[in-house]
Amino acid sequence: MSEIILRDRVVADTWQIHRPEAGTSPAVPAGHVLVPLAIWLGQADVIASRSDVGVWIAPHEDPATLRDSLDRLPVVAVDFPKFTDGRGYSIGHLLRTRYGYRGELRAIGDVLPDQLDYLRRVGFDAYAVRADKDIRDALRLLTTFSEPYQNSWEPPLPAFRRVARGQVTEVPR
Amino acid sequence: MAHAAAGNAFDIGELAGMYVYDQIDRTIVAERVAQYRDQLRRFQAGTLSEDEFRPLRLQNGLYIQKHAPMLRVAIPYGLLSSTQLRMLATIARKYDRGYAHFTTRQNIQYNWPRLEDTGDILADLASVEMHAIQTSGNCVRNITSDEFAGIAPDEILDPRPMAEILRQWSTFHPEFAFLPRKFKIAVSAAAEDRAATAFHDIGLYLEKDAAGGIRVRVLVGGGMGRTPIVGVVIRQDLPWEHTLTYVEAILRVYNRHGRRDNMYKARIKILVKALGPDEFARQVEEEWVHLKDGAGLLTREEYDRVAAYFVAPVHATLPSVDAAHEARLADDVPFRRWAGRAVRPHRVPGYRAVVLSLKPTGVPPGDVTADQMNRIADWAERFGFGELRVSHEQNVILPDVRLSDLHELWQEARAHGLATANQGLLTDIICCPGGDFCSLANAKSIPIAEAVQRRFDDLDYLHDIGEINLNISGCMNSCGHHHAGHIGILGVDKDGAEWYQVSIGGADGSSAGRGRSAIGKVIGPSFAADAMPEVIARLIETYLELRADGERFIDVVERTGIAPFKTRVYATPVAAVQRAEEAVDV
Repeated sequence: MSEIILRDRVVADTWQIHRPEAGTSPAVPAGHVLVPLAIWLGQADVIASRSDVGVWIAPHEDPATLRDSLDRLPVVAVDFPKFTDGRGYSIGHLLRTRYGYRGELRAIGDVLPDQLDYLRRVGFDAYAVRADKDIRDALRLLTTFSEPYQNSWEPPLPAFRRVARGQVTEVPR
Repeated sequence: MAHAAAGNAFDIGELAGMYVYDQIDRTIVAERVAQYRDQLRRFQAGTLSEDEFRPLRLQNGLYIQKHAPMLRVAIPYGLLSSTQLRMLATIARKYDRGYAHFTTRQNIQYNWPRLEDTGDILADLASVEMHAIQTSGNCVRNITSDEFAGIAPDEILDPRPMAEILRQWSTFHPEFAFLPRKFKIAVSAAAEDRAATAFHDIGLYLEKDAAGGIRVRVLVGGGMGRTPIVGVVIRQDLPWEHTLTYVEAILRVYNRHGRRDNMYKARIKILVKALGPDEFARQVEEEWVHLKDGAGLLTREEYDRVAAYFVAPVHATLPSVDAAHEARLADDVPFRRWAGRAVRPHRVPGYRAVVLSLKPTGVPPGDVTADQMNRIADWAERFGFGELRVSHEQNVILPDVRLSDLHELWQEARAHGLATANQGLLTDIICCPGGDFCSLANAKSIPIAEAVQRRFDDLDYLHDIGEINLNISGCMNSCGHHHAGHIGILGVDKDGAEWYQVSIGGADGSSAGRGRSAIGKVIGPSFAADAMPEVIARLIETYLELRADGERFIDVVERTGIAPFKTRVYATPVAAVQRAEEAVDV
């Protein structure tokens, strides 16, 4: 069974990601499954009775369409088709800060260790690190920068609202 | 004489007029060095592939170039201390070949570092509160500004506090590290725009309202590159405390909707053009509504904290006219000529800013040796407050020189190849490293600059031609700002050969072009490299024949259009004329 980082631990992953080929049946497989946004939106009322269905969203899709479903979703995943495609960071941030999602927010796809700190800060708390990478080594990169300048999901306040700035203790040479 | 106590080393902490790192800034830069070392180690061990490492190293300013890696170091808003410049010199000696190159975005580049040394270089930079963070890559780049900030008489307010606040905000912003494309922000706050602000992805003009409050005029979508566009205003009168939230709203709209399918159409200007500025502005405002009074709202305390670092040093009370200086100007013709180009006004009586030209003939524009850097650092202390500026024209500025010190400074600068009197003239060429160094380039640019400088090496003639910006880029990425040159030269590749396309009438927003920001117009088919000096000569001759009283080259182009210039340049084949001239010489 594959593993993911959930918050700050490596755990077994219980969820399957359903990536149906175009034109195939919109039927939702059994078991813990993350379905594409379109399938969710098309069958939300039908699927809603199941607690083992989550959704994954592609970077070009609008997270606002999930607004009314978020309190029913145990997992929302955001797909990163390439790690250099940064749209998912804004999607994650909007799901947390704008639409109030509080469940598991998972990064899937081309998720690499060096992205974890940024992903965590915009609101992700689960990371399906790409299978060829050492997920335990990735854990140590979860917090690369201990006192960031800006507010995001984490920390919610910028440095200038968090701490008294300008306390220079020594002048570097 | 100089007013810094002789023999005293300058501490960064003693400097008036510069931001000083606190514990948070130092921690962030230290953690960056550690992060980069770890990434480099994994790359060398093979656990980070070339494709995975590339975006990471680029966000640390590291390119893999033709001959060696190239490391680009940020000089935020062009401000440097003498201590920092000495460290840049030390790095040039220790890890490179004893020189470095100032760029058109207030960065400095090393052309020959070894990959395995780059972590140590970043650590050395961190020791003087410098870094290479986000000097490349598809992220928010170094924030640039007016090189005369804090001293220019036409300044409305000091743009540096806001530039520093934006530097911090943009540094490792978690949401905007993987944008569709690079993203450049400039801040300007004077009557004259000296930062080419309208050519940035976001240009911010700080202004004052009737009550003295700071307001921001926000431009988006400016840029050079393949599709040069002058930015458009999407917001007037934004209260200053909303600057970060407004910029965040712009970046979120861009990050979500900017094109990612074609890197040539990925800049924000393409999105603004596709949506139309009104619709783009509407989307930004819609996004901003959610942010405007949130945590990103700037506080007066924070602005004041940062602004306090930029308070002007204590200048001496001096007469506005120095008799001895006037006498030297009258008696010493070379000095007078230099002073006429190099010396710029200062808001404090008895002081001037001095632009040291890095454009002597035969030296790649913007290149500076380690020895010169050390000398300039010494002068910054002897003839100022230990502070320096670098400009997007690739020159270095001593910002606080007494009138009475100008002659002594000039003599020393002359002894070190830094007293060329061509600032703002034809041979003060803005030029990218081009095909000699850059792996992106289609053609060489440095040899073109040198050939033009050699053709126009007569200072009297240069001064007669007057104010003109000649800008050269070795490819469409436009690092040499050719689109904004009164004369612009672009290197192009045709079937493996290097050709040069010429445009005229561009302007970067500065007073050299009467404050206009404009994209140059291409005059016609491209030329071979050896034709370029003659092409420029024909453009200049056309101008000299057409000009009326006081008209600059750019004024004539504005009045007549490109037609007379085009006619003259293409009247006879350029290469044939050159051969004929050579025959006559023989």
